[in-house]
Amino acid sequence: MQDLKKKVLGTALIGVALAILPFLIGMGFGNAWIRMLDFALLYIMLALGLNIVVGFAGLLDLGYIAFYAVGAYVYALLASPHFGLHWPLWAILPIGALVAGVFGMVLGAPTLRLRGDYLAIVTLGFGEIIRIFLNNLNAPVNITNGPKGIAGIDPLTKSIDLFGFQLNSLYLNYYLFVVLALLIVVVTMRLEDSRLGRAWVAIREDEIAAKACGINTRNVKLLAFAMGASFGGVAGGLFAGFQQFVSPESFGLFESIMVLCMVVLGGMGNIPGVILGAVVLTVLPEVFRQWAGPMQMALFGQTYIDPESMRLLLFGIALILVMRFRPMGLLPSSRRKAEFEHAAEEGAQA
Amino acid sequence: METFVQQLINGLTLGSIYALVALGYTMVYGILGLINFAHGEVVMTGALIALAVCKALLATALPPLLILLIGLTVAAAACMALGWTIERIAYRPLRNAPRLAPLITAIGVSIVLQQLAMLFWGRSYHSVPALLPETTYDILGARISAVQIVIMLAAAISMAGLIVLVQRSKMGRAMRATAEKPEVAALMGVDANRIISLTFIIGSALAALAGVLVSANYGIAHYQMGFLLGLKAFTAAVLGGIGNIGGAVLGGILLGVIEAMGAGYIGDLTGGVLGSNYQDVFSFMVLIAVLVFRPSGLMGEKVSERA
Amino acid sequence: MTVLLQAKDIAKHFGGIRALKDVSLTINAGEIYGLIGPNGAGKTTFFNVITGLYQCDGGEIIFAGKPLHVESPHEVTGAGIARTFQNIRLFAEMSALENVMVGRHLRSKSGVLGAVFRTAATRAEEAAIREKATGLLDYVGIAAKAGIRAASLSYGDQRRLEIARALATEPKLLALDEPAAGMNATETAGLRALIEKVRADGTTVLLIEHDVKLIMGLCDRVAVLDYGEKIAEDVPAVVQKDPRVVSAYLGVPYEQ
Repeated sequence: MQDLKKKVLGTALIGVALAILPFLIGMGFGNAWIRMLDFALLYIMLALGLNIVVGFAGLLDLGYIAFYAVGAYVYALLASPHFGLHWPLWAILPIGALVAGVFGMVLGAPTLRLRGDYLAIVTLGFGEIIRIFLNNLNAPVNITNGPKGIAGIDPLTKSIDLFGFQLNSLYLNYYLFVVLALLIVVVTMRLEDSRLGRAWVAIREDEIAAKACGINTRNVKLLAFAMGASFGGVAGGLFAGFQQFVSPESFGLFESIMVLCMVVLGGMGNIPGVILGAVVLTVLPEVFRQWAGPMQMALFGQTYIDPESMRLLLFGIALILVMRFRPMGLLPSSRRKAEFEHAAEEGAQA
Repeated sequence: METFVQQLINGLTLGSIYALVALGYTMVYGILGLINFAHGEVVMTGALIALAVCKALLATALPPLLILLIGLTVAAAACMALGWTIERIAYRPLRNAPRLAPLITAIGVSIVLQQLAMLFWGRSYHSVPALLPETTYDILGARISAVQIVIMLAAAISMAGLIVLVQRSKMGRAMRATAEKPEVAALMGVDANRIISLTFIIGSALAALAGVLVSANYGIAHYQMGFLLGLKAFTAAVLGGIGNIGGAVLGGILLGVIEAMGAGYIGDLTGGVLGSNYQDVFSFMVLIAVLVFRPSGLMGEKVSERA
Repeated sequence: MTVLLQAKDIAKHFGGIRALKDVSLTINAGEIYGLIGPNGAGKTTFFNVITGLYQCDGGEIIFAGKPLHVESPHEVTGAGIARTFQNIRLFAEMSALENVMVGRHLRSKSGVLGAVFRTAATRAEEAAIREKATGLLDYVGIAAKAGIRAASLSYGDQRRLEIARALATEPKLLALDEPAAGMNATETAGLRALIEKVRADGTTVLLIEHDVKLIMGLCDRVAVLDYGEKIAEDVPAVVQKDPRVVSAYLGVPYEQ
């Protein structure tokens, strides 16, 4: 009973903290940082989705952002002036998730027999194919509006009046994102600790042994793709409504790699680690971008290096350093940590 | 018919370049099991260094061909050093880590190289001086330029040289042995580290050559030129069967020809629905199709797992 | 004696190498059946064929009265044949208990919806899986090691764990690929007792082994493979004296 009380209290505290966070950030740092928080939440959803594919099932997907794109464009097509449709949020999100899930299975199906690196390159290829199609499906029939993208997308939320206190859509978006992110966290946790979750780990550890245990590896892998993709689809829909603009530019290989890095750097397979990875990789670059310019001015009197390019350079260096000194990620699962130590021992013995 | 021959020529040219770059990918993968994401950036670095050297030398009265050769040599030396350094600093410490760590590191190296190139050479597209004769020849109703001929020849000679090296020399034997069974090769007295460094060095030299050739072909060099090229070349290596040197050559040339043909005919094939802007999609689709029906690539070995 | 598995004229080749040539044998329900032969004779290949890892190039297999379609290993396990591996294939980073729980995959059914909504049926199933897995760990004698990472277990315990995981699929036929390899006399005796217990509880056992003493003492009947062909199939006492078997193992006496 003590345990339960502690759990409830802990959850309540987290709930309160999350609820007042945007106000604190808004007052302390300004609205731009609330937007950043929103992005962090989106990336948490994405990273958790990719975590199912890469972290749980061990399938290296380098084209994951395609599902984000699918979800975003579904939203854009159903809630913008483009086709003149204005469906409500709660109708579009499930559709986006479903469509993305189907794409996940379709794109995953050809990869089922492929070895690790071949699988990676094929998923990468699929990611690029989706982007190219999005970029070019404006003729002969204009579906995606090509490189110009789709603008004027209906906003996710509208400001409401609560007891005379105005909650504008900035805050409402945040709460919507928090609720959905939490939902995805819970779903992921439940999937992990289930028959299906165990099957995924079994496939990752030893696919032949998994088959010998009666696991239909084909279907289970497809499920991993589908689940992961559907999370991406949800996040994509939210993104479209949030930005109110989508274009193929936002959905390239670099973005896929970013999400992969969040999963790997955070601690692959470990839900808290992945969340941390997503937050760190969203917040730090922003922080850097805000301060790099002024800092250089203060130190040198002029900006030598454009913060944008420096940001990427430092990101690359960070990747190299983290993989060198902490390859298991910031918060690895105890399983994963053991895997790394195990591999190092075996390697040293060889 | 002219379109066919013209696209074939273009395809063979492009394919020769892909093959040169694909060789680097496939050799490293064969020996380390690693996708060297940074390889495309080494190509880019080679191109830009050669360009810088050539531009500097243009002021002198040296004959253009000599300038080109000097530029190529300097670029090759620089890329070899670069490749060696990357392996030593980024990949060697991770020799025993599970696969994802070196892959992410490779991505990191790729980003660093690209950003450094941008800081050094800026974001603009640099035009490449024409150091090769600008003559074109007519063949079967199509045009082939001296540049294209040089590209195909240079690529063919280097690849032949590499294959001879790998198949006939002691060093090549050591490379093949290390790629197959590093521990046993070590027991036979092969220094794995040296062989691995050598693999990177050779691959990087070829990359420099490819960089020079590709910038000569398109007349431009740009800090982002390595990305898509590297991706396509890696696709070619996978197409041919990753780890297989002959496969890389086959895959590269095949991919180049398919892309050129695709670009030329895709309008006709799809009744005008899809245009040549879908050319990249074509290559990926071919890759996927091949891998679905032949998961180990065209020349790859079927790896059957011993239970 | 009912026939449980009947292999008829099984052929398998890899390129030019004929690994199996017209191998026919019959395993009766309730038997402990041994498969022996010199190294490279095709024993593991035969195993891999009947458990679906390889497709045979000729012949057929009748299992429990029905033809066995060996397209995929998981279907074979579903039909009732479970196996262990020569080189122990455990899920190294999972605990012993989790390994056996994976073995219950086939005999349980909750999927995505059950996992996400934690329905009462799913929770009950999870509890049953856990209980059965714990029971199996106890059955093979490693109950105390339930929470330990599989890769950290001793060799003998790993073998037992693999058997427990195979038993979790509730097989009619348990196929063991060199279970005694690398074991000392004490461990082998323990293994023998376990195999006899498994048989006594109603599971037929097929066994590849090199430990001749174990095979002869344990098996009801034995088949001998040599160069991909079956050269003998009978009770151990008879097989032991078969001149073809002797020459396969020991060679032909040197003639001056």
